[in-house]
Amino acid sequence: MKSLRAFRFASPATFYPLAGRLQPLFAALALVLAAAGLWLGFFVAPTDAQQGEGYRIIFVHVAASWMAMFLYCVMAFWAGVGLAFHVRLAAMMASAVAPTGAMFALLSLLTGALWGKPMWGTWWVWDARLTSTLVLFMLYLGFMALQAAIDDPRRSDKAGALLALVGVVNVPIIYFSVRWWNTLHQGATVSLTKSPSMAQTMLWGMLLMALAFWMYAIAASLGRVRNILLEREAHTDWVRHAVA
Amino acid sequence: MQWHSASEFFAMGGYAGYVWGSVGACALAVGIESWLLRRRHRRLVEALRRRSGTTPGTPASDHASDHASDRRETTA
Amino acid sequence: MSALVEGATVPAAAARAGAARTHGPLFVALRRDLLLAARHRSEVFTALSFFVVVTSLFPLGIGPEPELLRRIGPGALWVAALLATLLGLPRLFASDHADGTLEQMALAPRSFALQVAGKMAAHWLVCGLPLVLMAPLLGLQFGLDADALGVLVVSLLVGTPLLSLIGAIGAALTLGVRGGGALLALLVLPLYVPALVFGSGAVEAQAAGLSVRAHLSILGAMLVLALCFAPWATTAALRIAME
Repeated sequence: MKSLRAFRFASPATFYPLAGRLQPLFAALALVLAAAGLWLGFFVAPTDAQQGEGYRIIFVHVAASWMAMFLYCVMAFWAGVGLAFHVRLAAMMASAVAPTGAMFALLSLLTGALWGKPMWGTWWVWDARLTSTLVLFMLYLGFMALQAAIDDPRRSDKAGALLALVGVVNVPIIYFSVRWWNTLHQGATVSLTKSPSMAQTMLWGMLLMALAFWMYAIAASLGRVRNILLEREAHTDWVRHAVA
Repeated sequence: MQWHSASEFFAMGGYAGYVWGSVGACALAVGIESWLLRRRHRRLVEALRRRSGTTPGTPASDHASDHASDRRETTA
Repeated sequence: MSALVEGATVPAAAARAGAARTHGPLFVALRRDLLLAARHRSEVFTALSFFVVVTSLFPLGIGPEPELLRRIGPGALWVAALLATLLGLPRLFASDHADGTLEQMALAPRSFALQVAGKMAAHWLVCGLPLVLMAPLLGLQFGLDADALGVLVVSLLVGTPLLSLIGAIGAALTLGVRGGGALLALLVLPLYVPALVFGSGAVEAQAAGLSVRAHLSILGAMLVLALCFAPWATTAALRIAME
């Protein structure tokens, strides 16, 4: 049965070396994709009619936004698996993904500000995407803070998992409500979500950068989960062998 | 290719600060995160080597409290 | 503890009254919490006073121009209600957890989820409903007219139970955890954003002459969703906290 073979890798002792081998592969993929994406974005994509060269920020801004959103779902997925099947490694994976997701959310906000300032004159624009990314960032922080505040690893895993699941259910509701709020109050004038009309190359550039960030996120999460494994399983034999 | 010279490329039509600032911020964030992860890994491996080198078969209860303090100080 | 002994006879009474046996635990827990709140009436007034104080801070911080206050009134009142609810949340499970009653409730043959739902209902009656009743008075301070006040009260009437329900999940997750109130706020406030947007949005829509129904319907839908899922999620969180 397929699920039994999958569960083999749920064993920390098997997973640790596997993750160690996969990590550099994903890092390399990330570099290649980033190179391709940046080349497309900075050398092939044409200058935008309205925003000049400044629009090129979208190649990192949009990719970071997508990843922040996507990684929260990934985190919630692993949290759910850990909670439902009592697989500790899945819970550790959720904890491993969170900081990277939070970082991308922060980058999205930062690059959004850097895009907003030359385009609309202010460092912060209360548009739908930036505002919902801000709330998403707070959801990440809440998850990390809750796990940090609970000492018992099992309770920390489960409490964080429940929070992540509650959060993931709320994320679409939050996005919807922020968009509603935005259209009511600001109209269509000031909006980062109204990106310039997309040339094919622009779209491809964003896609490649998003994939690059995704590969990087996988590599970073694998690295982090290995660290978590070392910490939590320090007393076991396999760890002793792994670090020898 | 629309860049007629390297300086034109770096100037980014006047938006240099914003564009390169953004790209730089991403590169910096990624770099810092990778460095922090590698550093934490190095420290853990060293600590575990030291521990298994001196006292093999330490009781699990000791390690439970170690985990608690490790969790609190390393969130990278 | 006597309330628990007393509670053992109430399910039988409920069955006799024709109510489904399963609803007994909810009303037992509800009655118990209301009794406890009645003995500590100061807690109710603390939450209410907090609401009044926070609301007064907005004009002090922004300025007394009537037009400006009328514009920020709904939002300010909603934010104050949010914060006042947040203030009362830690108390929802903390004292019962401290004296072991919560574990008794979990171990009892009655449905834990229903007992928790009863506690949440009591919490709203004690902390949320007073805010709804106080709001019109405070709304006058912001120069809101009668129609706006009406919409405000309705939005809070639908919204405060929603806030209590979502907040209870946070209170259960952070039971006995370091960092208490601030951590709870960090967890729960992002989840409050939709309620805030549609709640205060309803009042603003009324002021702008637009339809209020859309906002209130969405708020009501969120309340129904929360009624279905929050007690269950809170119970799960409590079990995790008590392991």
